[in-house]
Parts: sequence; structure tokens; C-alpha cells
Amino acid sequence: MQLTESTPAPRSLRIHVLRHNPQDPQSHPHMQTFNIEEADGMTLFIALNEIRETQDPALQFDFVCRAGICGSCGMLINGRPGLACRTLTKDLDADIYLAPLPLFELIGDLSVDTGKWMRGMSERLETWIHTQQDEPDLDALEARMEPELAQNIYELERCIECGCCIAACGTARMREEFVGAVGLNKIARFRLDPRDARSDAAFYELIGNENGVFGCMSLLGCEDICPKDLPLSTQLAFIRRKMAFIH
Amino acid sequence: MQTIHTDVLVIGGGLAGMRLAIGVKRRGHDCIVLSLVPPKRSHSAAAQGGMQASLANSIKGEGDNEDIHFADTVRGSDWGADQQVVRMFTNTAPKAVRELAAWGVPWNRVQQGDREVVINGQRVTISEKEAAHGLITARDFGGTKKWRTSYVSDGTGHSMLYTMNDQAIARNIVVHERTEALALIHDGARCYGAIVRNLVSGELLAYVASATCIATGGFGRIYRATTNAVINEGMGAAIALETGVATLGNMEAVQFHPTTLFPAGILMTEGCRGDGGLLLDANEHRFMPDYEPEKKELASRDVVSRRMEQHMAQGHGVRSRFGDHLWLDIRLLGRQHIKSNLREVQEICSYFLGIDPATDLIPVRPAQHYSMGGVRTDYRGQCPTLKGLFAAGEASCWDMHGFNRLGGNSVAETVVAGMLVSEFIADYCDSAESEMALSSTLIKQCWRREHDRLQQLMSPDGNENPFDLTREMQDIMTDKVGIFRHGDQLSEAVEQLQSLLQRSRKIRVKNQISGANPELVAAYRVQKKLKLALCVACGALQRTESRGAHFRQDFPQRNDNDWLQRTLASWPDENTASPQLAYEPLDVMSMELPPGWRGYGARDHIEHPAVQQRLSAIEKISQQSPTGDRFALQQALMPYEHLLPARFRGRNARLGEAEPCS
Repeated sequence: MQLTESTPAPRSLRIHVLRHNPQDPQSHPHMQTFNIEEADGMTLFIALNEIRETQDPALQFDFVCRAGICGSCGMLINGRPGLACRTLTKDLDADIYLAPLPLFELIGDLSVDTGKWMRGMSERLETWIHTQQDEPDLDALEARMEPELAQNIYELERCIECGCCIAACGTARMREEFVGAVGLNKIARFRLDPRDARSDAAFYELIGNENGVFGCMSLLGCEDICPKDLPLSTQLAFIRRKMAFIH
Repeated sequence: MQTIHTDVLVIGGGLAGMRLAIGVKRRGHDCIVLSLVPPKRSHSAAAQGGMQASLANSIKGEGDNEDIHFADTVRGSDWGADQQVVRMFTNTAPKAVRELAAWGVPWNRVQQGDREVVINGQRVTISEKEAAHGLITARDFGGTKKWRTSYVSDGTGHSMLYTMNDQAIARNIVVHERTEALALIHDGARCYGAIVRNLVSGELLAYVASATCIATGGFGRIYRATTNAVINEGMGAAIALETGVATLGNMEAVQFHPTTLFPAGILMTEGCRGDGGLLLDANEHRFMPDYEPEKKELASRDVVSRRMEQHMAQGHGVRSRFGDHLWLDIRLLGRQHIKSNLREVQEICSYFLGIDPATDLIPVRPAQHYSMGGVRTDYRGQCPTLKGLFAAGEASCWDMHGFNRLGGNSVAETVVAGMLVSEFIADYCDSAESEMALSSTLIKQCWRREHDRLQQLMSPDGNENPFDLTREMQDIMTDKVGIFRHGDQLSEAVEQLQSLLQRSRKIRVKNQISGANPELVAAYRVQKKLKLALCVACGALQRTESRGAHFRQDFPQRNDNDWLQRTLASWPDENTASPQLAYEPLDVMSMELPPGWRGYGARDHIEHPAVQQRLSAIEKISQQSPTGDRFALQQALMPYEHLLPARFRGRNARLGEAEPCS
């Protein structure tokens, strides 16, 4: 290693953003290029905020945690769905192409309505623990659970509903109602949980069709891009196998 | 103008807000939750390490109970907390964990038998009891006598928030996503709801409600270096302040978390140190035992953050082009442990710095993390000066954290406050007190005022840029109202913030688009944030002592004689440049735990004159109390159970404790 490091001149980045504001009747979708100077440790979160603050205050995008845990900032980064906040510009070429996640309702520019989609999915698939007991006894010791089982449930619960798996899904493109890897993974999560009293027959009612587990074509784009590295292909296969035995 | 009616308007869709909504709905009241973002994206999700509750299942939590959790919390607060509220909290926390367990949170569980853990830098073997197998386990956290922090790997907040939201969906709780409350509708005595902006369409609506509850979290984004999400701008506290009637409590009490990833400021959970991680300096020397021989890395956050800054100021920091930092070392925990219990930490290190914490040191430095201050409420979560207004969670000053919050007590507070305050709100809605004689003129006036304010921001008169003002404010707060404070710098900060506030009245939003308009949002928010920043800076300047997270270099001692008081900030005249500060004394003679040494940090506080008297009174009560019954003794020292909603008064069952007699 050299003792005196010379700092190379910072790169000039060209960030090409697909712009459109559906609220504005004059707006039509188009690409717009912003030039900015790269900084050390720059993420797309930093870059996009800098563009908004210094070049175009109308630019729309969504960030919340900026730490890769809340799932707000899913977008197409050079054509591939990913979390913008934890994407470092140094890992990308100087020309960076950004577009909103497809298949979700566009709010404007890079902002899409994943919230509405996810809530709809949750309502359809009833993604909550179904118990027979009305209200838990809060004073008594909690019900026991095997430590390993608790960890396995958490493994599937790490999904942050960012929507990347939907954006990367071939079936979702053809079937608007398809629940996607995010939905099927949730079924796998609740099916694994002994606190949920639902039977496989009950789960079949929710996903035993082409908008559910039989719609999946096993292209596995979801598994390739999942920012949380969830074991989606295993879960999809497992659930399909379980559901196939129901009828 | 569209008007929407509901019984309870909950502003904020994080853990506190969602639990509130579930609670009032259970009692038969309609509610609407307003959320800036889809509620599962709320900042509650960022709570990594865990939730304190004295379950005492793990062997290292054996003997734990509400009493010890109470004392840890009061010491942590540096005696700033309301001790009755702390009691209410510690009694309800186990119920909150158990409710969440029943609702689906996959809490990590006790595995019977031997396991290796790292304590004080050494690998030791502990043996978990067979009787505890499968019950909820706990990890160690700062400022606690027992291992008390229940956790789900290091995604505790995520699991809790998702479970809570799924339960809310199951109960058909209505959430209006991407909406923001801009002002409360009130007549100076009573709150009737809020004027709300739809962040997608730009539409301005009136929401009318019998009860309104602010649950919007903290205001970390008034600082440059913060772990807080970008939505944590304190807008709930700000709209309460702007009523001129509601007060904000202890705004100068701002917590700095010791370990945030440098330079991005992303949280590295306290669980890293709780699980055995160490802090090292430029020479890879473990320096915390030199300063804090008792608790070392696990003193309270205010103490550890100050020691780190002090150590760097002495030249022991690691130099980098972004400034100095220190190292967090979790290598000794081993890859397996990191992979299962600290995986978010591992992921964040890998994505943001390209390092592997199983083999590499993590660069860390303290950054703003938590707002102890907020909307001042009574034990019911109710604003004492504006009827019909409530607050819960980080947005409130309920006041269980005083001047420093313990790690693991914040997510615990969100859920506990949600449980308790929802009952009080429901009681309020059930009572005649909540009846409204509301004129539509008042609603229209409030709506008109907000409408005109937005128009004003778009008018061509101004010339100030909201993004510049925000950046300047954040720099002032981080540089002058940070971990170490001094009268001279604070005076400068106040002056500069006042000048920014003046300038913020001349903002010009260049983008004239209706609908989503990020520039307009930045404009109205910076005006509000500057008021909050002034509450923090003025409160810090006035408080000529050091307590908890508020440290004055020119007044380094805690001064109970003069400052055992809660700061109350209000803003009665919109045209003034600073808040009005008042003080509310804490009564030593009714404290269960009178002020003393915390067990870590400085020992040189100035005593309150009533302490000795209270201590003798406590001794007398203790001698008279029948031995062995901790509940009777507690009741004799500081009764609080009558304050709890009847539903939550039960005793908490524990292994090895006699069956509770209810």
C-alpha cells in the first residue's frame, strides 16, 4: 500500500430519472437527466436528496429509515428492483437509470403506492394470527414456544413489504390479483406458527388458486432480488406442495 | 372543504398510534389513524434491540420484578421521571409483551441447559432452567440490574410493528396513509380534531373528533447527525405547541445514542454491547472500564455517549476524513451469534461500509437518537391545558423517561402507553365531558388559516429557501445543542435559531404545483421545526445544571436544589421569536425513590433539601410494613394502582414467584 494516497477526482454522475406526475394533466412520462458530483459513501438516498434540494424541488421519491429496514424506497435501479437507500453509487456506473417500481399505482416520479397494495393483500390473505381464544390473559405466563421455532418464524417475518418481489414477478405482470411472493411468504409464516389456528384447508381457501400459489410460474425473480434474502423459492415450493394435497 | 367525523383521531401510525386505535376500537369507539407513510414503514420498525419487561425467565433475569425495573428507570431518568407513571409502566410492560406474544410476535425463547455468552469481555457458560424452557428470554441492556430486554433477533421493532398492524387490519382499523395534520382545531380550551393535508393530492381537509391523540414520535431531524428516520420531524409536538395552550415538557432532554454507524448515523443496536460487544479507541484499547468501572459499556446511554466524546476529545479517536470516531467490537461474539441475533447490524455494515462485523471493527460515534421531551400530559396521557387532546409514545412527555431513557424502554412505552391511554380516551369518550358544542365557523376559521398559510408560502414576496434553512438549523443543533453544552454556545444557538425563524417567515416556494409538492412540505415543516429547536435550545440555556442527557460544561453538577423541575414550554404569541418557559417542581416527599447516586456516572450532585426527610419517612414506613410483602410496602410508599385502568391492575405471574392472588 502506498503511504501517500492521491485522491482521485470525484466522478460526475448522470442520474436519469423517469418523471411523471399523474396529478398534473400536462405531465407526460419522460426521462430527465441530473448531473451531480459523487461524494464519498454516497447512496442513492443522498444523491436524490441533493438533486431535490439543489436542482429540482418537485422531484418525488420515498425514503423513511434510509437504513434498508422500512421498505419505502423500492425502485428500479438500472432496471432491477432494489432498495435505493442502501445502494452505493460507487457500485454503479456513472450513468444511473432510475424508474418507479412497476405494477403499483404511481404517485409521482419514483414514488408508488405500495401501502395500498400491501394493505389490500393483507386483508385478502388475512395476514394475522387467528386464535380461538377471544382475549389473552395478560397476567398469566405466556404460552411456551420452542426457541428454534420462534427463530424460524422470524426468518419469514423479516419481509419489509418493499414490493420488489412484485416488481420482479412475471405472474404479477399478467395477473393483477396475484398475491406474489410477499403474500405467499406470509401464508408460510402464519402456517408455521402454532398460535394460528387455521388449517391447511383454510389456507387453501385463500391461496389455492391461480391468484395464489398455483399462479406462480417458478421464474423466481422474487428470490433473486429480495433485499432481505428471504428463502422465497423454498417457501413457494413448500406451500404449493402442501396446498396440492388439500383437494 | 371536506369534513370527516370520527370519535377518536389518532395522529401517527407507529406502535403507539396503532395500539391506541386498537384499544379505543375495542371499547366501541370509531377511530381514524393518520399516517405520513404506510404505517408499517413507521420509525418504530427501527427499534432493533428489544423491549424491557420484567419477565424474569432467563437465568440472568432471575429475581427481576417491577420494583427493580422501576428503580432502574428512575435512576436512568436521573430523577426527572414522574415516578407514578414509571410504576404504571413497569406493571404494564409484562402484560404488553404477553399480549404481543399472543398476537404473534416471535419473541426469542429460553433454551434450557448450558449456553455460552460474553460478559465483560469473557466467554462464560450460563445454564438456563428447565422450568423456563420455551418462555420469552431476555438480553442485557444498559443501565439495568437484570437481563430484562425481550427481543426478536435485532428486528424487535419490525416484528412488533408488523404484528400490531396486522392486528389493526384484522380489526378493520381505518388508516389514512400519506396524510399530515397541519394544525389542531381548537378554541383555546378544547381540541376538536385537526386540519389535515393529503400529501398526494394536496387537498386540505377537516377531521373533527371528540378526542385527538398525538402519536407522531420524536423530532430527531432537527439535528444533522441522527439515527431518526427522515419522517421524525416532530410535527405532532409542533402543532400542539402552535395551539399556544398546550405545553411541551423537557424539550432540552435529548438522547444521543453511543453507537451509530459512522458517518451515516445509522443505529447499531445497544444489543451489540448488551450481548458483550466492546468499545475500543484508536489503539484498540477498551476504554470504558477506565471511566465507568461499575457498568463499563453498559452504563446508561447519556453516560456512555459523554465518555466516548470525552475520550475522542483527549485525542484517542480514530481519525478519518469525516472526523473522529471510535470502534465497536462485536467480533468476540462469534459469527453464529451475529448471524442469528445481530443480523440487521451485519446487513447494515455490509451494505453501507462493505465490512463484516464478525471479522472487522465497526466505526461508531454518538448521534441524536431519542426525544425524551414532547407534549406534556398527565398520567392519563391527557393534555392538562387543552381538553380533548392526548399524546402517547415518544411524542409525549408522559413522563417516564425524565432526562434519559433506558434502552428497551421506548418500544415498551409505545405499547404500554397505547394500552393505557386508549382506555383513558375511551373513558373520556364515554363520559359527558367529551360532548362537543362545536360551531362550523370555528372549523372553517382553522381551515382558512392553514389554507392562507400555504398560499403565503407560495406567494412571490419571499426569497428564502426551505432546504437551506433546514440545513442551517440542523448544523446549529448538532454543533451547539449537542452532547456537551455551554452557556455561550447555547446563547449563540438561540440567537441564530431566532434569526432563522424570522427568515422562515419569508420562504418562497418556487414550485407552484398543487398535489404532492416536496418543496412546500419542506417549507411548512421547517417553520415548525424551528419552533421545536428553539424550545430545545432555550430550555437547555435556562437549565443551569446537568441532568441525564442534558450536560452543561459550565454547570456540570446535577442540582436537585434548584432544578428538580420539569420544563414546560409554550408558544402563546405566534409573533414572538421564542417560547415561554415555565417550571413544574417534582415533589420529593411523595417519591418512592428519592434522588441519589445513579450507580454510574458522576457522584457529585447537589442534594434537594427534602431528601433526608423523605428517606427517614421511607425508613419508618418500611419498618412498619409487614416483611416480605413487596406489594404492600410499595403501596405504602407511593400508591399508584388506583391510577391504572381496572383492566390492567392484575399482578404479573412469574416463574418461582408465588401465584398471584387477584
